[in-house]
Formats: sequence, structure tokens, C-alpha cells
Amino acid sequence: MRGFFRLLALAGLLVATASCSRENDGRPLTVVGWGGSSQEAHRRAYWDSFTRTTGVRLQEDTWHGGVGVIRTRVVGGDTSWDVVQVETEDLILGCEEGLFEPLEWSSLGGREAFIPTAVHNCGVGAMLWSYLIGWDGDRIQGEGPRTWADFWDVRRFPGRRGMRRTPKYTLEFALMADGVPANQVYAVLRTPAGIDRAFRKLDELKPHIVWWSSISQVPDLLGSGEVAMSVTSPGRLIVANRTEGRNFRTSWDGNIYAVDYWVVLANSPHKAEAMQLLRYMTRPENQVRLPQFIPTGLTSRRANEIVDPRLKLDTPSDPRNMTNALELDANFWVEYGDQLTQRFNAWLAR
Amino acid sequence: MATSSRSASTPGWPVSGAQSRPPAAQGAGGWTWALTAPLLVFLAIAFLGPVLLMLARAVSDAELPSAWPQTAQLLRDWDGNGPPDDRLAAALGTEILAARRAGTLNRVANRLNYDLVGSRSLVYATGDALERGASVRGFADLARIDRRWINPAVWTAMRHAAGPRTSFYLLASVDRRLDGDGRIVQVEREQAVFVDILLRTFLISAVVALLCALLGYPVAYLLATLPSRWANPLLILVLLPFWTSALVRTTAWVVLLQTHGVLNEALIGMGLIETPLALIYNRLGVYIAMTHVLLPFLVLPLYGVMKGISAAEMRAATSLGAGPLTVFLRIYLPQTLPGLLAGMIIVFTLALGYYITPALVGGGADQMVSGSIAFYTNQSLNWGMAAALSLLLLVPLTLMLFAGRYLTKSVPV
Repeated sequence: MRGFFRLLALAGLLVATASCSRENDGRPLTVVGWGGSSQEAHRRAYWDSFTRTTGVRLQEDTWHGGVGVIRTRVVGGDTSWDVVQVETEDLILGCEEGLFEPLEWSSLGGREAFIPTAVHNCGVGAMLWSYLIGWDGDRIQGEGPRTWADFWDVRRFPGRRGMRRTPKYTLEFALMADGVPANQVYAVLRTPAGIDRAFRKLDELKPHIVWWSSISQVPDLLGSGEVAMSVTSPGRLIVANRTEGRNFRTSWDGNIYAVDYWVVLANSPHKAEAMQLLRYMTRPENQVRLPQFIPTGLTSRRANEIVDPRLKLDTPSDPRNMTNALELDANFWVEYGDQLTQRFNAWLAR
Repeated sequence: MATSSRSASTPGWPVSGAQSRPPAAQGAGGWTWALTAPLLVFLAIAFLGPVLLMLARAVSDAELPSAWPQTAQLLRDWDGNGPPDDRLAAALGTEILAARRAGTLNRVANRLNYDLVGSRSLVYATGDALERGASVRGFADLARIDRRWINPAVWTAMRHAAGPRTSFYLLASVDRRLDGDGRIVQVEREQAVFVDILLRTFLISAVVALLCALLGYPVAYLLATLPSRWANPLLILVLLPFWTSALVRTTAWVVLLQTHGVLNEALIGMGLIETPLALIYNRLGVYIAMTHVLLPFLVLPLYGVMKGISAAEMRAATSLGAGPLTVFLRIYLPQTLPGLLAGMIIVFTLALGYYITPALVGGGADQMVSGSIAFYTNQSLNWGMAAALSLLLLVPLTLMLFAGRYLTKSVPV
């Protein structure tokens, strides 16, 4: 009988150690990106050479966004991530909840060294990207769509439209299609009448919309002719033009742009090395390498001056792309996101 | 949440019915308990505990009381009639500033915003004003700082959030809310969505379970009756979807079913149709893709049961004069029912938790409740709402599992 209880105790111990073993900290600094071509670009532009020059070992992970994922880790005592790339709403919610480490801006070269949108107490801008109109130049010949009013014009441009199945971006585009100037879009959306107006405009296009949920669906939707044009970020289309000989085209008029940020998790056991990596990735001479691998705007002012101008062509860093452009108002979406998502889903099902 | 409970409950399902359980030997009860104790303790700590803790968020309201304790007390004592008194307003002013400095203002700002959109910026703006030196001695001072404090709805929302328990999340998850007088009313028509989503989730899962049964029954029969030389390779084909990633499988369906996809082009090429059929980005696409993914979960338990049925019984029935239909209906089908029901319940349960497949191949009216749960958990951090929706998924599911258990047991074998 005593042997049995000893066995029982051993089993209990095993269970206990198995569930606590996550706190091992012999691991290298872990950086978490969005996977796919974006992750690969960061690896080639920064991470390989970071380890070569500093001797700090790196390990990668990927995620698909959502600050709840990070909250779950921190609350659950999981300390296996150090540096993470996050969207603006994640940055705002996570920072005020204390999930991210406040940054020492002086060691990054000061706040003035960056474009204003890239500066936040808990995060530094990693890249600058846009959502805009994309189409297949082999299917729509000649003059393509230019504005959101063109996107809504199914008589001039017959065929279905691809849009992201979220109220974010969709409502803004609807208001711009309805003639609201970019700089007043969020002021209008902050009124009940403005929200109604956006949904009424969406009603017009609803029968023609194919909703996508992952940006990776867009090249297929356009390439197969399932949709005539789509809301998209330009990166994947441009990569497809280069590597697969496609003829995808884009219009930047009225694009919505935003910054993705690097944050250091508050429970990271590698804070010093994490800050070292952030310094490395934001230094101008390193940042100019990123657009060689993926079309993206840069957040360092100096990098924007010294980067090869040809690499700016398909990015928000080219001033010619920024006619009527709208900066994503993440504070609006933090406040209105739940309500509008609920209303959007109800609208979709009607 | 719902997802983990599902995977934990399915392996223990009595696939071959109740008759396979050996009678427990007298006196071995204590030993059995002692031997399973470590596992039970482990399950309680690692699984049941976290699930209950998460679900408790559906009915608890800790944000406002923890950040503004005195205000919460005064709110609970207040009858809600007329404007709030100056003592309440002053306590609120003091505690907004204190919470802002302690870094806890976000919790209560976001909690109030779930109920009344705009509360977040109201609380933050007031906090900023107080930090700049404004002082609050009474209600009039609050109204001077921000006109929005005059809105009675703000105070109603605060009263409803004063804790410690709340009906807010559960009501919201069935498209209801409390009005200023404490009556349960419907939310605005534009915002009513969750009842539809829940019913749709159960409908889609039931249809998929039914389709799997219709398609899977003949397959399982074939596998069970073929010689193993043929049955084994076919079984591998049935299992193949298990080893393919969900994303790849779904993409394959897109290629086959889209407007200019393989199937439509073939049908047009054969002259059977003239305009392409809408096979994807609608409910049909969801049914097709989900049935394909979940089919093995029906075939396998059914196959196990069918393997155990002796062919001699069918021959005996035939020799006694029963026709093939009678043999099937009265001898074969009743013996396979436990396997069929078990398979359908597994498929149904798994289908309830799906949201990536509907998101990729469905249309606007095909999203399932797990999609909303994921949104509140990951994007908006509204875990109370995620817990309430999980509860609404979990309770009917648990009832159904018990009903299924009862059904499988009561089938005469």
C-alpha cells in the first residue's frame, strides 16, 4: 500500500512539473511576426544580420493579431514571447492594460527621428501599409477604377467586388464613395446619422460584394475573375506581378493607411536584448533594406530620405500615392468596434 | 471554453453502446477511484477550473467596483431617480483621477463602453481634465467638464456595471438589455444579431450532421463488409482529410467550386448549364466544405459498430422468410443506431465550434457563433461577452450530450 501511495505522489509530481515547465528560460530572444512574405522580408532585412553582427540568437514565432492572445499569455504566466509586431488597436488596448513595456525613446534616437504616427509610449512603428483598390489589368482593360465612387459604379465596371468582412475599412470606404472628403470621414462616422449613411451606401453595393476574411484570398479572387476588383493591400499583388508575371494594378486614391508597431512584452525575460533588437530594426541604415523584400513604407524620417526612390513607388511613403489618403483612426475603432461589428454582422445577414 | 470542453468529452463517448461496459467487481470501487484520482485532479486543475473561471466572467462585474470602490457603493445604494447627488459625483471625480494615476482607468472605461458606446472617451476626457486641475464637488462640475455627463444613459450604464454580479453580458448575448427602469427590453433592430447567429450555428451543425449520416452510412457499410484487403486502403482514403490542413482543404474547395472553377467550367463545357452556379461564398459552400471535413468522425464509430454485427443474424432472418428491406430495417439498422447516433453527435459537436471554414467559403449570413467568441476574446478584449456567448453554446450542447447518451442507451440491441 505504501508503494502505491509513493507512486501516486510521483504521478502528482509529474503532473505538477509538466504543467509548470513553460518557465524554462534557456531560450533565445523570440520575435513574433505576421508570417508569410512579411515575416520572410523581416528575416532577410533584419533578423539574420542582427544575429550576425550582435551575436544575440533569435528565434521566430508567428501570430495573426488580436491583443487577447497576448493577454491570455500574460495572465497565464507564459513568458515565451519577447518582441511582437502589433496593429494599432492592439497597441492601444495592450498598452493601457500594461501588457507592453513602455519604451525608452532616447535610446531609439528620440521621438523626432520618426514620422509622428510611428511614435507611441509602448510601441515604435515597424512598417507603414495601406488598403486600397486592386484589379486585374488583363480583365479590366484601359482606364481602370480610380476612386471609391468608381468602385461602387457597377454599370461602368461590371463584376463583383471583394471587400474585407469587417466594418473597419468598409464603412470608411463607403463614406468616401458617398462623397465624404477623407479628412471628415471619422467625424461623420462618430454621428448616428453618419453610421446610417455608410450602411445605406453599402446597401447599394451589397449584392455585388464577395466578402473575404484573409488578405491571402485576394490574389486568387482577382486572378480567377471571381471579383472584378477588390479592397487589398498592394504588397501581395506586386509580389505576384514580379514572380508570376501577373498584371495586377492598384489605385491609391482614397487609400486608408496605418502603421504596425513593435512592442516588448511586459513579462519578457529578455528586455535588454529586446530593446537592442528594436534599436537595430529602427536604425535608418537598416530600415532602408526592408522595402527591397516587401513593398512597405518606412517609419524613420532619415530612412525615408536615403532610401532608393524606386522602392517608394508602391508604398505610402511616396507622396504621389497619398491623394485623399485617410489615416486609420484606431481610437475610433477601439471605442466603436464592438457596436459596429455587431451591427455589421446583423446587416450582412439581412 | 467551448472548444476545449468539446475535445475532452468526445473520446470518452461510448461508441459501441452500453453493452460493452464490464460489470464493476465488488470491492474494487476504492481502488478504481484511487487509481483515477491523479487524472481527475489534473482535469479539475488544468481544465475544469479555467473553464469555470472564464465562464464566471459572463455573470460577474469586477471592473467598476475594483477601480472605483466608493463610487460603486454609492451607485448600488442609489435608486437611479433624477440626477445623481453631489456626493456620488464628487466620489466619482476623486476616483477617476485616482484610477487614472494608478493605471486602472482603462478597465472601467472599456467596461462602460461595452454598454454605452462613447463612455470610453468620456471617462478618459474627464480624467484628462481632472489631471489638468479641474475639481469636482458636485454634479454641476462634472457637467461643466463634459456635457455628456448630463445624459441619464451614462448613469444607467454605471449603475448596471456597479457589480458584483451582472446580467448585462447574458442579456446582450440574446439581444436584450435592461432599460433605465430595470425592465428587460430588446436591443435596437440594427444591433440584434446574436439570436440569429446562435440559431444559425445549431442549424448548420444539424444539417452537416445529417449530411454526414446520409453520405457516411453507405461508406461505413461498404468498409465493414469488404474483405480487409480492400477495406484497409479505403479506410486510409477516409482518413486522408485528417492529415490535410484545414486551410488546404478549404482552398481546394474554392478551386473546385468558384464561379470559373473546375466544376462550373465542366458543367458549362458539357452544355448542362449556361450560367455558372453559385456554389461557394454562400450556405451551400459551407455545407459542402464542412461535411467533407467532418465525414471521418461519422464513418469511424459507425464502422466500428458495423464490424461487430454478425452476418449470421442477417442470414438467419432471411432463412426465416424476411425480405432484404425487412432484414435491414429490423435487424441491421437497429444494431447500428448507437454508432450512427454517436457519430452524428460527434460531428454536430465539432461543427458547433467551426468558424474558419464558414469565414473562408461562406457568405455574409453564414458566420457562426465561434467567430463572435473569437472576436470578443482576441480583438476587443470583451471577455464577459465571449464568456456569455460560450455559455449559450455550452448549455444546450451539454443538454444534448446527455440526451444523446440517454438515446444511445435506450436503443434496444
